Amino acid sequence: MKMALETEYSPDADRIMAVSLGPQHPGAGHFRIRLWLDGDYVVKALPDAGYVHRGEEKMGEYRNYIQNVPHLERPVILDSSNILFAYSLGVDELMNSKIPSRGQYLRVIMSEINRIISHMYFIAIQGLFLGHTTMITWCMGDRDFWIDLGERIAGARVTFAYIIPGGVRNDIPEFAIEKGLRTCDWFEKRMDEYEKIFYDNPMVHQRSDGVGVLSREEAVAFGATGTVARASGLALDVRKDEPYSSYQDFEFKTPVLTQGDSWARAYVALLDMRESVKIIRQALKRLPQGPVRLKLGPQPRVPAGEAYSRTEAARGEMSYYIVSDGSPRPYRLKIGVPSAKNLRALPHLLRNVHVADIPVIYWSLNYWPVEADR
Amino acid sequence: MTEPTSKASEPAIPAPPQVTAPPQQAKVPSNQSSAAAPAAPNPDLDRAKDIADRITSKYPGSKLEWVKPRRLKVSVPSGMIKDVALFARDSLGFDHISTVSGVDWIAKSALEVVYFVGSTAPGQEGFVLALSERVPRDNPVVPTLIEVWMGAEYHERETHEMFGLNFQGHPDQSHLFLPEDWNDLPPLRKDYVSPGR
Amino acid sequence: MVVAERQKAGTFQVLVGKIDEVLQYAIGDPLRYLANWGRLYSLWPVHLETACCSVEVGAAAGSRFDIERFGTLEAFGSLRACDLIIVMGTVTRKLAPRLKLIYDQMAEPKWVIAMGACSITGGLYFDSYNVLRGIDDIIPVDVYVPGCPPRAEALIQGIVLLQEKIRRMPTLSGR
Ligand code: SF4
Repeated sequence: MKMALETEYSPDADRIMAVSLGPQHPGAGHFRIRLWLDGDYVVKALPDAGYVHRGEEKMGEYRNYIQNVPHLERPVILDSSNILFAYSLGVDELMNSKIPSRGQYLRVIMSEINRIISHMYFIAIQGLFLGHTTMITWCMGDRDFWIDLGERIAGARVTFAYIIPGGVRNDIPEFAIEKGLRTCDWFEKRMDEYEKIFYDNPMVHQRSDGVGVLSREEAVAFGATGTVARASGLALDVRKDEPYSSYQDFEFKTPVLTQGDSWARAYVALLDMRESVKIIRQALKRLPQGPVRLKLGPQPRVPAGEAYSRTEAARGEMSYYIVSDGSPRPYRLKIGVPSAKNLRALPHLLRNVHVADIPVIYWSLNYWPVEADR
Repeated sequence: MTEPTSKASEPAIPAPPQVTAPPQQAKVPSNQSSAAAPAAPNPDLDRAKDIADRITSKYPGSKLEWVKPRRLKVSVPSGMIKDVALFARDSLGFDHISTVSGVDWIAKSALEVVYFVGSTAPGQEGFVLALSERVPRDNPVVPTLIEVWMGAEYHERETHEMFGLNFQGHPDQSHLFLPEDWNDLPPLRKDYVSPGR
Repeated sequence: MVVAERQKAGTFQVLVGKIDEVLQYAIGDPLRYLANWGRLYSLWPVHLETACCSVEVGAAAGSRFDIERFGTLEAFGSLRACDLIIVMGTVTRKLAPRLKLIYDQMAEPKWVIAMGACSITGGLYFDSYNVLRGIDDIIPVDVYVPGCPPRAEALIQGIVLLQEKIRRMPTLSGR
């Protein structure tokens, strides 16, 4: 595939108006899109990120492997377990630690709970941008049940800091298992309602069908991952491709749609949540007995080496490149976040669209600026 | 269940004498031993080794840094990264850019750029190839690989601002994450010290 | 001072001055109370998400915590109509000039809530090269809501505290 060029238009022509969307804008939040408009059409769009760049990677070099846990989950506070999951896998790989199976299962449970929490936020705001107020009210409320469950297990509200190198931080309380199963049952029925009121809604179809279509070839070329890739027919799912932790024990599918438009990107999230519920239920029912973590000590020494670990986070492939030189601190800690991987698709999708479609396309990419900037 | 050899060799690295020495030196012998010793059958490891063989035999100058199940890192001599990248994309099926990173080897006065590439070829999705090239620290110029993997554009932009690596042929190397008025060393270089420290 | 000048000018002015004072107490005070009461329950926050704390604002605006009960709308109005800015977390060097710009554009009276450890002191990011150690240097803060992130209940408490402050605001003009 050739590079996309903007030469069909001259952004300097007289009728072209340059507008910047954000950073103070209801739809943009810590992000700016520089737009060049021709009347109601977007000629060219360039993302301007970096409003939340906090230098996590540099901070990681100043802290030891355990101290790194709390600040690493902040970029993806919606999805805090999955970003730590990849980090823990990387450190475990370097230290050659074998995590006890109960710990593995709890990691999976928490990461799937977080996937649901993150997708619920995604759908809620997508509903808001489509003018569908029911969806934001419902989803924001229902999301809190999952946060509650996470809080019962991990002890904190959104920053769980649950998955740490060597296992998970604490065991699951007995009543949370039952509560989790009940939440799964309730949520499955609830998702049918979402489907009826949101995904089958003619208004939603009208506003998001065929809006911002990303073809499969483009998704490959841009390196799109996660919901964006799977909505474009690209069956990428790290959980299936390289079953990390204990994902090989569970039965689930990778939902793939082929339309590649905004509706499909939102619908993939719902299908993802259905699979997550299945995984959580299986894991809770078959939870093995035993310890949940290894004793690493407060300042574990990690042998020299390099690791590239990845997990399937809610937004896509979360990857870490950890270089250790044998000291207690990482020599280099690269966080490859899915939002940054999907960012390249944004200027491509925001060409030749109406201004009114910008929020829908922008949010359907499931782009979370805090995560992308790190 | 994997890599008993590397497990055996990892404790055998007795506290590297020079702390600043990059892990490569320590790693290479362990790879050779793992290649020599009859390991438990691991199709993922074998496949990764096979991929590595194809690259190193085609480009004799390139060196296999490490290989693990589903992961391999190959460093190429300077000036060859684009050829190897094209070969990896067209013949080996690594067409899906994952991320681009840099490493500052200050003790060796070198900057390293690493491309992590995944694959969408059926059966090969779990494999990640890391292609790296080292350039001198005082003149860090590498060719851009946008023509090979389009998605590398923003990742390269980020690597440029964080490490001061110059990507030749990159259309826009302005700041992506740093403030527009950043007037200091690239922050991820080892000689840049955070103000709070 | 004004009153003192008038007293010099003669008894008539003294009388007027007295009436002025009487009016202040008789009408101004209830009026101020009325105005503050009006401001109290119609806080319009600027929608400026600065970092991860914004998800807790989202949760607070959601149906479980429902921040609108306390008279704070989940604002989507224009900047000019807003009178509250909730700084939701980290302010980076790139965002800082924009934050000041936004604050300056808001009409008086206006209030600031600094939410999260990041916007109070820099929090976890005390040694980051790109994060401000607290926003007090750029804009004046009325209420601090500590936490990382503060729970939605804490944010609601912060808003209630701010309302308490507005209720006791001395002048009609705000500051
Ligand atoms: S206080 Fe904590 S949650 Fe809030 S912005 Fe800072 S790091 Fe994020």
